[in-house]
Formats: sequence, C-alpha cells, structure tokens
Amino acid sequence: MLRFTLYRLGHSVLLLFLVSLIGYTILHLAPGGPLSQYALSPGMSQAELNQIAERMGLNRPIPIQYLDWLSSFLVGDWGESFRDGRAVLSVISGHLFATILLVLSSSVISIGLGTLVGVLGATRRYSAWDYLATVGAMIALSIPTFWFGLVAIYVFALRLDWFPSGNMYSIGDESFLDYVHHLVMPSLVLALVNVAIWSRYMRSSMLDVIGQDFVRTAKAKGVSGRRVLYGHVIRNALIPMITLAGIQLPMLLSGALVTETVFTWPGIGRLFLDSLGYNDYPVIMGVLMFTAIFVLLGNLIADILVAIADPRVRLE
Amino acid sequence: MTAAVEQRAASSTGSDWLKSRTVKRFIRHRLAITGVIMISLITFMCVVGPWLLPYNMLEIHIRDRFTPPLTGDYLFGTDEMGRDLAARLFMAGRISLMVGVAAMLLSTLIGTVIGLVAGYFGKVTGTLLMRLTDSFLCFPQVFLLLTLAAFLQPNAFMITLIIAATSWMEVARIVSAEIRSLRERDFVTAAKISGASHTWIMFRELLPNTVGPIIVAATLTVAKAILLEAYVSFLGYGIQPPLPSWGNMLNNAQQFLDTAPWLAIVPGVAITAAVTSFNFIGDGLRDALDARSDMP
Amino acid sequence: MTRVLTVENLNIGFRSEGRELPVVHDVSFTLEAGKTLALVGESGSGKSVTSLGIMRLLPPPPQSRARGKIILHSDEDIDLLSISEARMRRLRGDRIAMIFQEPLTSLNPVYTIGDQIIEAIRSHRAISARKARERAVELIDQVGIPDAAARLTTYPHELSGGMRQRIMIAIALALEPEILIADEPTTALDVTVQAQIIDLLRRLQAETGMAMLFITHDFGVVADIADRTIVMYAGQMVEHGQTEAVLETPLMPYTSGLMRAVPELETAGLNQGELQSIEGFVPNPASLPNGCAFHPRCTHTLSGICDVPPVPFEDAGNGHLVRCKRWQSILENAE
Ligand SMILES: Nc1ncnc2c1ncn2[C@@H]1O[C@H](COP(=O)(O)OP(=O)(O)O)[C@@H](O)[C@H]1O
Ligand code: SF4
Ligand SMILES: [Mg+2]
Repeated sequence: MLRFTLYRLGHSVLLLFLVSLIGYTILHLAPGGPLSQYALSPGMSQAELNQIAERMGLNRPIPIQYLDWLSSFLVGDWGESFRDGRAVLSVISGHLFATILLVLSSSVISIGLGTLVGVLGATRRYSAWDYLATVGAMIALSIPTFWFGLVAIYVFALRLDWFPSGNMYSIGDESFLDYVHHLVMPSLVLALVNVAIWSRYMRSSMLDVIGQDFVRTAKAKGVSGRRVLYGHVIRNALIPMITLAGIQLPMLLSGALVTETVFTWPGIGRLFLDSLGYNDYPVIMGVLMFTAIFVLLGNLIADILVAIADPRVRLE
Repeated sequence: MTAAVEQRAASSTGSDWLKSRTVKRFIRHRLAITGVIMISLITFMCVVGPWLLPYNMLEIHIRDRFTPPLTGDYLFGTDEMGRDLAARLFMAGRISLMVGVAAMLLSTLIGTVIGLVAGYFGKVTGTLLMRLTDSFLCFPQVFLLLTLAAFLQPNAFMITLIIAATSWMEVARIVSAEIRSLRERDFVTAAKISGASHTWIMFRELLPNTVGPIIVAATLTVAKAILLEAYVSFLGYGIQPPLPSWGNMLNNAQQFLDTAPWLAIVPGVAITAAVTSFNFIGDGLRDALDARSDMP
Repeated sequence: MTRVLTVENLNIGFRSEGRELPVVHDVSFTLEAGKTLALVGESGSGKSVTSLGIMRLLPPPPQSRARGKIILHSDEDIDLLSISEARMRRLRGDRIAMIFQEPLTSLNPVYTIGDQIIEAIRSHRAISARKARERAVELIDQVGIPDAAARLTTYPHELSGGMRQRIMIAIALALEPEILIADEPTTALDVTVQAQIIDLLRRLQAETGMAMLFITHDFGVVADIADRTIVMYAGQMVEHGQTEAVLETPLMPYTSGLMRAVPELETAGLNQGELQSIEGFVPNPASLPNGCAFHPRCTHTLSGICDVPPVPFEDAGNGHLVRCKRWQSILENAE
C-alpha cells in the first residue's frame, strides 16, 4: 500500500511538472508575454517597462525564467496580484471556501442522486423508467449549465421567489440556514450534468457486475436479494465510480466557474473571471496552477481510495 | 506483403458486412434517428431561415424593443434594441454550428495524430505524449479556454482553434489505446516483416481499424464544442457582437431576465436542441458500432 | 437408497425476440443420497441451464421459463418450481448447494474468503460471528487447505484456481446440504488439480452422504465419480443408465462419439480405435434438426428414418435408456 501510494505520488509529481510547463507556455503565448500586460497600464513609459523587465528578469532566456518561476512557485511564492498587490496564494485561499462549499454540496447531490438513478435503471433494465432516465440524462448533458442557471433563477427566484437569485449569504443574516438557502439553487444547477454522467456510468457499472459469476455464487449461497444487491452488486459497482469521480473533477470545476458567474458566487471561478477582466495575470496563472493541483490531488486520492476498496489493486 | 494484403482484403469484406449490420442497427436506434432529424431541421432553419424572415438580424426597430415572441412578424420576439430575435438566432446558429463542426474536425485531427504516434511508438515517445495528454486533462477546460481566449483575438476562427486546442485529448487517448491493442496483431507484424514504413503501417494498416471509435468520439466532440463556444461567448470572451452566436446572445440576457425572459430561453433551447441531437447521434453510433449494444 | 430429488419432464425456454426458445426438453431423473449422477454432453447441450433451472437461478420470467416438476424429498415433498422465491432462497445453499466451472471469477474479489464462507452460514443460521468463524475454519480444513485459520483473511486473488475451487466447495458444504450440484467444477483446472478436486468431492460425499449431480463434458472423469450417467444432446437426454453400462455398451452413437474423444478411456482399454472428436457442432436451439437432433453429425444416420420424428427414449433393458432409432441394428452389427 505504501509503495502503491509512493508510486502514484511520483506519477502526480511528474504530471504536475508537465502541467507547470504547459501553464508557463500558455502565459508566454500572450503576444509579447507578461510584459505586454504591464504595457496596458496607463502612463507606462518604455523606460519604466524596461525597468520592470529588468527587475522581473523578463529579459533573460525563457528556460532560466521558467526555472526561476518554478523555484519560487514551489516554495509558495506565487507572485502578487496586479490589482491589489496581495499575495496570489492568499487571494486564492480567500475564495476557496465558497468554491469548496459549492463543489462539495453539489457532489453530494450528484453522487447520491446519480447512484440512485443508475441503480434503478440497472435493476429495472428496459423498463419505461430506464428509458426515461437514459433519454433524460442525455438531454441533461446537453443543457448549458449557465443557461440552466438562468432558467432556474427566472423560475425559482424571479417568479416564485423561493430562493435568492445569487450571492452566498444575505448581508446582515449569515446564519447557517441563510447559507443553505443560498446554496440550494447553485448546487442543484451544478449537479445537473454530474447526476446525468454519474447515473449513466453507475447503470453500466451495475450491469457489468450483475452479470458476474460471484453474484451468481452469492445467490446460490441463499443470500437475500437485498444483500446481494447492496453487499455484492452495488459494493463492486461503486469501485470504478471512485475513479470516475476523480476524472470528473476538471469538469466539475469548469461547471463551478460558470455557476459562480451566474449566481454571483464568490468562489475561485469568479475570481478567475474577474482577474481575466483586469489582466491580473499572476492570479490567472495562480488559479490555473491551483485547479490543476486540485485535480491531480483529487485523482491521487481517488487512486488510493480505489486501492482501499479493491484488494486486487494493492498488490501491483 | 502478401499476408498483409490478404489480411486487409479479409478485413475489408469483414467491414462491409459490419457496415451493413452497423447501418441497420443505427437506423433502428430511435434516439439516433431523432437526433438526425433534429439537427437536419436546425441546420435547415439556420441556412434558409434568415431569407424567410421579414427582418435581417441587424435591423434595429427601437419602437419594438422587447416585443414578446409570436407578436406581429416577430416569431421569437425582439431584443433590447428591437432586433428580430429569430433572425439573430438563425444567423447565430450558422456561426455556432460551424465553430462546433470545425473545432471537431481540427481536434479530431490533432487527437488522432497524437494518439497514433503515441500508440505506435510505445516506449519513450508514447509515454511522453500520453503524459502530456494527461497533464492537459488536469486543467479544467473552461479555465484553459478562457485564458487562451483572453490573450488572443477572440474571433470565430481563433475560438475554433482554441476549442480544438483544448479538446483533442479524449480522441488521443482512445486512438492510442486502440493502436496499442492492434500493434501486436498479425497483420501489423506481417507488414513490418515485409518492410513497410512506419507511416504506411500507421496510416494504412492501423488507422482504418480505429475509425469506429474515432467517429463516435468526433460526434460527441461536436456537442462539446458547441457547448464550449456557448460558455466562452456567454462569459464575454468568445465570438464578439455584432456577430451573433448562440452563446453571446445569452451574454446580456441575464440582465433582462425579469422583463424579457425569452431573450434567455430561446437561444438556450437552440443550444440544448443542437447539442442533444449530436449526443443522440453519438450514442446511436456507439451502439451501432458495438455488436453487444444493449439499448432497448 | 433414499431419493432426495426427482426431476420430472423439466422443460426450460428462453425468451428471444418475442418468442420462447426451448433449450431443455423433458429432462427427468432422480438423485439419491450418497450417490452421484453425471450429466455429460458437449458444450451448449443444456447442462448448465438444467442445473441452474433446478437452483432457480435462471433469469426471472418472462426472460426464461421452466415447466415440469422438481421435487425435493424431505418430510414433505416440495416442488421447487411452485414455491415462492423467498422459500426457494432459504433452500438454496442450505439444502441444495452448487459450485461452478469458473473458480477464478466465482468468488467476490473484494471480500476475504472467511467473510464469504461466513456469509453463507449466516444467511441461513442465526449464530454468532464467532461460531460462524469457527465453522469456517473447520470447513477450510475439511476441504484440505492447510493453515485454515490464517486463510480466513486472505482474498480470492491470493489463491490459485484449485484453492479457490476448494473454497467454493467449503462454501457449498457449509450447511451440509443434501444435494450438491457441481457444474463442470474441474474444467478450468489443470489435470493434477482436477484429480485432487475429484478425490476431495468423493471423500466429502462419503463423509456427508450427500447426493451429487456432477456435470461434465469429459467422459474421462465420469468413470471416476458417477454411479449413474445421463448423456445430453441439444437439450434432450439421449442416454441414461448405470455408469458401467453406459461406458461398456454405449448405445447411442453420440455417446460412443464422446467416448472416442477421451484419451484416458483409450489407455483404460475402454476405447477402441483412434482418438477423434465428433465432426460438426451442437445445433442452435433455434433450428433443431428434424427427428433425431444428432442426425446431421451421426455416422449411422439413415435418411427417411433418423430425420423423422418422433424419436422415443427407449428402455434397452435394465433401465438403460437410449434415444436412437437404430440402436438395435448398430448393436447387432458391432457384435
Ligand atoms: N440466458 C440465456 N439466454 C438465452 N439462451 C441461453 C441462456 N443461457 C444458455 N442459453 C442457451 O442454452 C443452450 C444451452 O446452454 P448451456 O446449458 O450453457 O450449455 P452447457 O451444456 O454447455 O452447459 C445454449 O444454446 C445457450 O445458447
Ligand atoms: S437416430 Fe439415427 S441419427 Fe440419431 S443417433 Fe441414432 S442412428 Fe444416429
Ligand atoms: Mg455449461
């Protein structure tokens, strides 16, 4: 298990290195590189620009610059925001809570609901319900998240006035219930696509397991139908779903960005979008790297969880 | 060489047989046919619609601002400047569909080449390319897309390029996995022994055997590309007005949501319908190409 | 001689494209305590479907349908085909147990073998976890696996195929069933392991007095284990008798054909002529040949006779039954 974890960790570190290369390349893809972003500031003279370039080491060879950037990145110096001069890491962590709250609650919904729909689809295969769930999931996958958010706001905030149309809490309230009240719509909207994906995969994973010999063995032992379903079929069908949860993380974050925009939710996605608007390029870079690390970490955890859930994996 | 030729002859009659069975399965697939009909209608409306309507998409009728749908000559109503929403919708559809299809073609091309090379040259090149693919997959696509769009000129051509540049990974993975499983097969060995070049083996022997999964992935990529265009345009970094796209039509719909909800509803339904059709078709193709298909 | 199970005119069909496709036709036999009945036939002849039908483990109606009678004899006779699923569940594993062909995939990979044996016990008996564990150790020991207590916590993938089949046997025997159905339990194993498993089953049968339905496509193992033998072809019983009788004077050309395909029998002197398999394939249940289902492959076939139904299941004397229109003339020619 330790060796497995170390191996996976090494793999993630390698990927992180490649990720940083890609991120750095993209950032230098901007015509003129980062310097051009400074040039946009009003009243910036060429002399001042040269000075900045000198100070930031932007006139050195790119590989050297990269190594320089990488070494400060590794020690947690992700630069300062152009907007307010605060350290990028602290800007990001200021928006982290909102995103984690949203992503977590929406994951709970999508995993719970998706598993239920998938299990029902597999156990009542070819029923009207199964067909409906299949078609429904495919349509749900095709709905743009932001548009679904707009429709939800129109119906449930503007017309019915059941939920607030945005923000994470009401000024002056901020009770737990107030948070929950604000959280309902965005997390449901964000969950839509993931419920669809999760239910499809859960259904096919269930069908894979239902047909396996050990399920027949369990039945031949006289194990009750309920226990066969929970203890054998669902238990085994969930293993590949752990990996799926890891794979779905980037999509979840993309969805979070859009959802945060529609619901003016003060998370990483909104921060990123605002930073794009201000050309706040250290923050842009920071968020990009942060999301990639988040995804890598998520996948690493998923791998380890799979190894815990499936004894066959541990030996490799 | 003869062994390879024979093998290919055998596999080509095999694929003819497969083709007819595949076509039959596809036609029996109700969802797929629904998708084909839907997308044909949408495309038809986008191509022909603008000529059938009384107004063009740029005409401003300031007195008719915020006309609700099905009022007067305005099929879908008007926007905040009194422009005909139907005319804009159909013109926007041309852009959105074109961007979707073009981005699919480009990303499929990139993904196929990378997957082919990675799968064929196992060892170092292959591993490196696949790790590169994996690391691209670590970035949430919308974040990457927005970064590129913010740094580059956001016109239709660039948006297409950017979408393709961030959506090739799945095809690359599928192709490389297929190629790796095919690489050790007899007909490849035969071709190698007979002295065929790497390029020949890759493109003439291996690639034809992976078209099925590539076509399925490509169809689903159109769906994703249309959605992605909508996302970036909605967020203001995609296709720029006055050129309409389904995404940028929604850009300021949020601010009129209370008074003119159709501004949001109409383009959203169009996007959903188009994306749904491609997803239906993709699903049908997957089932049709898979002999073990289990859809009712 | 106590009968424990009587199967009467068992017919099983699967639903396919709206029609019911019969796969097992009028199968009848009895199982006796302490005795073994072998069910022999090529792959696809309906052996597994018959055995799963007895266990009621086939897909539920309308996907499959079983007709006839399967009587479990005890204080009262129970017709397995007419009791509720809940009642059937209580009999499965407790009174009738089954082991399968694929030891590698028949155990759940995520549970320890201890858990899987204990699950069988506790599905039927309300005993403490400790008692169940003790019983599990006893069973592992009984099926000849050394160091039983330590095995409780191993996972299936840590064991060889032969070991896993022993665990399957331990699970099957956990509740001392009256009947054990073994569906090709040795087919997936190599020859030495095969012999060990058969020895084990024989020993356990002697110890417990259970009746055994032993399914195989290999005549080689029949002589080792079976008291009586049924030969099955295309879902029908085509020969049925005492094992010695069937082996010494096979009456149905299909039976002789199967025997010629077995190397062991040749060395045992039972098999004259050279080793050869029967040409052709078991027919698809959707398109059974008219008359004798075997006639397209039979070397003794006579057109106008063999391809005309019905082909009765006749008693050739001493309860040796055969389904062949020409068994008498074939027998005379041989003598
Ligand atoms: N679940 C099923 N649905 C439809 N046909 C089946 C099913 N299971 C088995 N069959 C058919 O029943 C016939 C007998 O199969 P089986 O009993 O498995 O043969 P074997 O003698 O090798 O055990 C085969 O033709 C097989 O195709
Ligand atoms: S009935 Fe005819 S075809 Fe069938 S086994 Fe006997 S001889 Fe052969
Ligand atoms: Mg079988």
